[in-house]
Order: sequence, then structure tokens, then C-alpha cells
Amino acid sequence: MSGYVPISKEKRAELLESVGLKLENLFNAIPDEIKLEKQEFVELQSDGLSEQEILEQLTKLAERNQRVDQYDSYLGAGYYDHYSPAAINHLINRQEFLTSYTPYQAEISQGTLQAIFEWQSYICRLTGLDVSNSSMYDGASAAAEALLLACRQTRKEKVWVSEGINPEYLKTIKTYFHAGGLEVEVGSLNEQGTAAGTYPTGDDYAAFMIQSPNFFGLIEDMSELVTEAKSNNALSAVSCDLISLAMFKSPGEYGVDIASGEAQPLGIPLNFGGPAVGFLAANQKLMRKMPGRIAGQTTDTEGKTAYVLTIQAREQHIRREKATSNICTNQALLATSATIYLALNGRTGLREVAEQSAAKAIYLYTELIKTGYFDPVYSGPFFREFAIKTKDNLDLNLLNAKLLENRVIGGLVLTKDIWLLAVTEKKSKKSIDDFVSLVVHLLSDPEIYGG
Amino acid sequence: MKHKLNLIFDLPQTGADNKRFLKKCDVVKPNFQNYYGENTLRDQDLDIPDLSEIQVLRHYTNMSSRNFGVENGPYPLGSCTMKYNPKINENVAGLPGFQNTHPLQPVETVQGNLALLYNLEQKLNAIFGMDYFTFQPSAGAHGELTGIMMIKAYHEANGNFERKVMLIPDSAHGTNPASAAMAEFEIREIKSNEHGLVDVDDLISKLDDQVAGIMLTNPNTLGLFEKEVAEMTDLVHRAGGLCYYDGANANAILMQTRPGDMGFDVVHLNVHKTFGTPHGGGGPGAGPVGIKKILEPFLPKPVIVKNNNTEPNYDLDYDRPQSIGKVRAFIGSFAVYVKTYAYILAYGAEGLAEVSEAAVANANYLLERVRNSYHVPYSEPAMHEFIITSKMLKEQYGVTTTDVAKRLIDKGFHPPTVYFPLIVPEAMMVEPTDTETLEGLEGLANAFNEIAEEAAEYSQLLKDAPHDMPITRPDETKAARKPVLKV
Repeated sequence: MSGYVPISKEKRAELLESVGLKLENLFNAIPDEIKLEKQEFVELQSDGLSEQEILEQLTKLAERNQRVDQYDSYLGAGYYDHYSPAAINHLINRQEFLTSYTPYQAEISQGTLQAIFEWQSYICRLTGLDVSNSSMYDGASAAAEALLLACRQTRKEKVWVSEGINPEYLKTIKTYFHAGGLEVEVGSLNEQGTAAGTYPTGDDYAAFMIQSPNFFGLIEDMSELVTEAKSNNALSAVSCDLISLAMFKSPGEYGVDIASGEAQPLGIPLNFGGPAVGFLAANQKLMRKMPGRIAGQTTDTEGKTAYVLTIQAREQHIRREKATSNICTNQALLATSATIYLALNGRTGLREVAEQSAAKAIYLYTELIKTGYFDPVYSGPFFREFAIKTKDNLDLNLLNAKLLENRVIGGLVLTKDIWLLAVTEKKSKKSIDDFVSLVVHLLSDPEIYGG
Repeated sequence: MKHKLNLIFDLPQTGADNKRFLKKCDVVKPNFQNYYGENTLRDQDLDIPDLSEIQVLRHYTNMSSRNFGVENGPYPLGSCTMKYNPKINENVAGLPGFQNTHPLQPVETVQGNLALLYNLEQKLNAIFGMDYFTFQPSAGAHGELTGIMMIKAYHEANGNFERKVMLIPDSAHGTNPASAAMAEFEIREIKSNEHGLVDVDDLISKLDDQVAGIMLTNPNTLGLFEKEVAEMTDLVHRAGGLCYYDGANANAILMQTRPGDMGFDVVHLNVHKTFGTPHGGGGPGAGPVGIKKILEPFLPKPVIVKNNNTEPNYDLDYDRPQSIGKVRAFIGSFAVYVKTYAYILAYGAEGLAEVSEAAVANANYLLERVRNSYHVPYSEPAMHEFIITSKMLKEQYGVTTTDVAKRLIDKGFHPPTVYFPLIVPEAMMVEPTDTETLEGLEGLANAFNEIAEEAAEYSQLLKDAPHDMPITRPDETKAARKPVLKV
């Protein structure tokens, strides 16, 4: 008997015989010429490992990594290390949430369906929009699907995307659009690092998309986006950050048509980048063109409140090649996790997370500029992330390498002398101060930067 | 748990301390109004409730009890493969050394992660007979799209822009045509024959120089093995097309046969089906895509590479000019792959062969136990799942597949997949999986048979089912006509 298979080979043979079948005939439908004869592979051990061995092997692999909870890290760029309340893990590890499937049978899946309904409600409240789906794979694919939605709605084949969007998202959008035979026009940033004043004109754009806070952490002007999009008969789309929306006006308030983004900052572990969870919300008129699953509230035969998957006529299992998207699986468990994060923090907690992140980012920025070694790249206000530039073209890759020796994972090096640094509420003033002192110490060390 | 459960937004707000998770702010908060300027900040606080921890815990604990998981009982949802999800896999995926790594860390600081993915790729290559795997796709359908994009890129690189047709059997999952359509392919449907297999003559008649490829599921969605698969892939190759294997049912063939040996150029897996990672109420899944060498230039980037002689050993290669690009941010659903890796370690090669054997044995045993109560539309031997229908019950007593499914809930079981594949009326697709217990198999068999008997005398009982759930049957028409999608 192997692993988790509960019935032994002998018992299996016996059961089959009791109904007139033979174990050795089970795979008779597979022609001999494609049957796998070889059972030994260098890549696979032949016997299964015990639970203890699995734990030991994987612990060993995990220990080969350097981790952000043991190093002082300044990485962000779309993935942020916010504090995750302990209760979340307890709840999402309940097997009723963890091991169930897509809620096809509503009566036996009210838990998942209500969780999705609450997620949709939270997303609508945060973004200020009318309709949210049940989640997307991640922020990048959500941005691509947001733009495809715009193309479906407007029956146009070109979109404009500001260069201020996360480059990973832009690459994903381009991949989707190339495959679909659609066009992406990328707009360069202005000198302040934002999309203001860079919008194109023309009637053939399905949508204009910006990100706010943008890749450089800068707050974009959504009212200009909406005005520009409207005057060109395009839809307006924003890739946005849910935590920032505790402080900032929502896309809906500005009249934005579509909002998408990554919900990982809502207490989802970094996990080397995945699994992630995207969100997608839009105004009412786009409802029946939305991709992905959507939960709705209805009543049962006795008039009780019930939740179901709804407006499914958009979806692949009914519409096949005419579906609004091929998406089938969403990220239900992670959406539930993010929902619980919002429930635990509430408006007051979420606002505090946002304000502390912003305040600490501003503090770090101010302290680094004070050292005299850095210049701002852009001057506008930012949220929890910013770009700075070394004076004298000092090499940041070298600095990052030296920081690593001191158990610090520095910011993301965008070009040799431009650094993108992010902090969240988790960072203490002391670690920021220590970091700034260490940076000064390293940059002033003639052994390192002597040449 | 039949009592009413409010929405989280309806709970009373009684002044709980919602900053309790955070340290006190130790830097001076600037005047945000001045810093961000006019008209940027919210005028009013977000409209989401401030609740205490115990309110939230009770709410979601009660919510979870209105669900059915694999640990509640048999979950024979055909094609979805609701097998047991090993607990140790949750523990290893949650190891802080994995969990607390950022996707943009320097490669020398994430050698453990990269080693795991690289080794997993080698194992998957061996199990499926492929040359490379990419981990970027986040789900099966995402894998389909990625694989199809690579096929498109291959034809374009060879200057064959006229190859715009994807062949797809009429029994295929809806994601196949939907994915192909997203990559601008025109769908040419291939018929199934009376045995439930692809009609090879129909396939031959649909081959021409516009064909980019074929998408096949094997065992197919009827749970039958396509015996002529090698001939079919050969025919498509000779017509200049490539062959795509939908791995939705790959759990049935583990270490018995391999898509690579059947002649496929691309394969996607659903690791939640094949390798027992939890479905999470509909995600996160992961849809790694395996390819043969000819498609290697088109892999999404970055690609994980191993250098035996230099430090660090594992690196990420972004310099791939013919790559299709990216289908999501970063590398993929890493934590899901930790579970996949642990699952494969737990079985080894011989154990994986037993997984497929147990899956097929359980399905066949269950089929024989219910054969006399239901219509069995195909006589071919079943693999890991089988189709039965309520045809007889419907004709005689007006009892539909929905009624049978809902009555199963009363008896403590999750229903099978219903009304799929679309080509079989009143279909029930039953997949007990390799980890079903003896009592689970017997219980399911008895329940199916009892329901068939109840249909004769107590058809109303079936039509009113389920009886003991938090809700009775929901009004889906109302939900779709007057959508309430949020509060």
C-alpha cells in the first residue's frame, strides 16, 4: 500500500473480483505500444518517503533561503509584506474552506458562496464600483482581463497603457493582447513620473489604463484619466492597491469604469510570489461582460436567503469559445483570506495600516535624502514606495551586495543608480534608522566606493 | 447548521480595538492632507465594519460549517478529482523559509525555492514524458492558454500565419474552446463516435493546411481511454499541426502511460487534480505546462536553469527573445508547488502507479455496483471516472439528474458532476478517486441504488431534496435576472 491510498492492492483485487473484474485488466484500454514499461527514473525515487522524511527534506530546502523575517527587506514592486493576523490562518485552514471545490451545488456550498459574496461586497466598497467578480489569478492577469473586458464592451481592438504600470503587468498584458490579435500602446511618463498630460487622442482606443499608486509609488490623478478617456470615447481603467484605498478616494468616486489589482497585500504571505489573488471590479453597464465566476444573492424555495453562482451565461462551461474568458478556477481560498483580513482590521485597522505604511515610507525617504548621497527621481507624493537615485552614479548593485552581507535585502535596482524601496507598517523606526546608517557607512567606505 | 447566518456587514459594531494587530506608530505621521494635496484623500471613512476578533471568528467558522469538504465524506465530483489533501503538505508549504521569501529577492538568496522548482520540473518531465515545464500558469485553463500561445508562437516563428484552426472534440471541457478563442484560433469541432471516443474519420476529414493543432483529453471527459491516440497525434503531426494534451484526467494514467509517449507536444496539469493539492473552494490551483524541445524557445520567461559549476547553482534566465512573455507576475504559485513536490515524494514512482490503479479500480467497482440502477451510455471500459444517466428514472418517474444529485446530499454525499459532458443528456460523471475508502465506496453505491428505488415510490421526496441543508433549492433564474452581487 502506498501513501494515502486507503485500500491495499490485495483488497482492491478482491473487491474487483466480487463484481467480476480483474485488477490486471484495468488498463487494457491502453495499447501496448504506449504503455509505460520502464518504472525506474533517476528523477524519482521508487518508494514513497515517510512523512518525517518529507518534512526533513523540505525543511532543508526551506533553510537554504534567506527570508524577509530574518533579514531587513525593502522589496515591494507589487508584492508587499504587511502584517497578517493569526486568526486568518486558523480560519482558512478549516478543511471545509480548504478542501472543497468550486460551489457548483449551492445547497452544500453556502459557505464558499457567502464568502465570495462578502469578498465581492468588500471589493465594491473599497473600489467604489458596482460589480466585482469572485477573484482573478493575480494583479497582472486581472489587468489584462480588465483591458480585454474593455475591448469586448467597446468592440475596439486597441488600448493605451501608461508606462507607470508595474512592468510585470505590462508584460502580461502584452502577452494576452498579442495572442488575441489586439494592440497595446504604451504611453511614456511625464517628467514627474506620472501619466498626467500624456494621454493620447483618437477614437480607436477601447481603454486607457493607469496604475495608482504607480510603479514608482506615486499617486496618479484619476480625474484626469476619466476626463481624457471620456473625451476619446474610451473606458477608464485603473490598476490599484486596496490598502491605499483606506486613505485615498476610490476609483468609483472619480467615475473610473474598471478597477483591478493584486489583493496579496491584504495579509497573504509572500510565498515567493504565489499563489496571488487578483480582483476585478467594474461599473454596472459592464456586468454581463465580466470574466470569471460571480456569486449572487437569491432566495430558496422557502424564501430564505441563498447564494449561488450566477450570470453564468458569460462563462466557458456554457458558452465555450464565445465565453467572455476561459477563466474557470478563481482564487477562492485567497479571496476568503483577504476577506477575513478586511473583517479583522475593519476600516480603522486598514486605515492605520495604510497611514503607517505611508508615514514610514515618507520617513525613510526623508532620511535617505538627508544623507546627501541621494537625489529624488520624482518629486510628487507617494504611498509606500518611492524611487531615489544615487549622486555620482554610484552602483546600487554593489551596495545591495554589501547590504546582503549585513542581513539586509536592499531595494529593487531599476537601473544601476536608481533604487525602488518599499516599506510597510511592519517596519520600525529603529530598523529604518539602522538601515540608513548602514547605507551611509557603506557608501562612505573608500574600500567599497573608493574607485 | 440550518440557522440563518448574517452577512459580516450586518454585525453590530461595539467599539472593538481594530488597531490591535499593529505596533504603535513610532514615526511622526505627516499631515497627509498637506502632503497629498486637495481632493486626493477620502472625505469619508471606508464603509466597512469595525468588529471584534470573536465576532469575526464565529462568523467565518459558522460559514465554513455550511460547506462540505473532502474530510466530511465522499466527494465524487467527476473530472474535479476530489482526493484527500495530505496535511503534511500544508505544513511544509507553510515553512517560514518558503513563506517569507519575496519574488524579487536576489537569486542567491532563494536557492532553496529554485532548487525545489527545478527538481519538480525534472520529476514532472519523467512522469509525463516531456522535456521542459513552466510553472507560471495559475490554473488549468491558464495553462491551456499558455500552451496554446506557445503553439501559436511556434507556427508564427515558422512563418505559418495561416494556421488558424484548432481541432477540439465535442466532448471537451468548455475551457478548451474558450482558451483557443482567446488566442484567436478558429474552433473546428470533431465528433465523438457511438463508443464515446473521437471519431478518427471525422478527424481526418477536418485536417488541412490551416490546422494549427488539436486539443485532446485522455482519458476523455467520458472517462474513456482514447485507444487510437497515437494514430491521432501522428495524423495531426503529418498535417503540420501540434498536439495539446489537456491533463484534467492525468491522475488516471500516472506511471501507466505518458502524454509524451502518446505523441503530445504540450501538456498542462491541474496539480489539484493530479497531485492532491487542495481546491480551496475554487482555487488556488496551479497549471504547469510541459512541452517538447521544439517549443522550448517560446516558454514564458524567466526559465529556471541549473549551473553545476558556478555559484549560485540555480538561476533565472530572462534572455529569451522568442518567449511568449509572461502570463502573470513573477514565477508562479510557488506554495502550491511545494505541496505538489511533497505529494510526489510521498509516493515515489511505484506509489504513483498505485494512485492511478486505485483511481481506476474504485471507479470500476462503483460502476459495477450501480450499473443496474442507472443507464450506462457507453460500453467501453471505464478509467478513473464513469458516466451514468437518469434517463430511465426520467422517462418512468420524471426524476432528473438534479433530483438524484440533491438527494445524494441528504444521504451525506457530495453530488457527482452533473449535466457534463454536454453531449450526454442527464449525465452524471462520477469519480470516487484513489483515496476513497471502502465504507465510502459502499456508502455511495448504496445511496445511488436507494435513490433509484425511491424514484419509483417517492419521487416528490427527490424533487424536494435536499432536506437538511441551510437552504433548499435556490432560485437561480431570479439570481440571474435581477442580480444582487454585493451589499
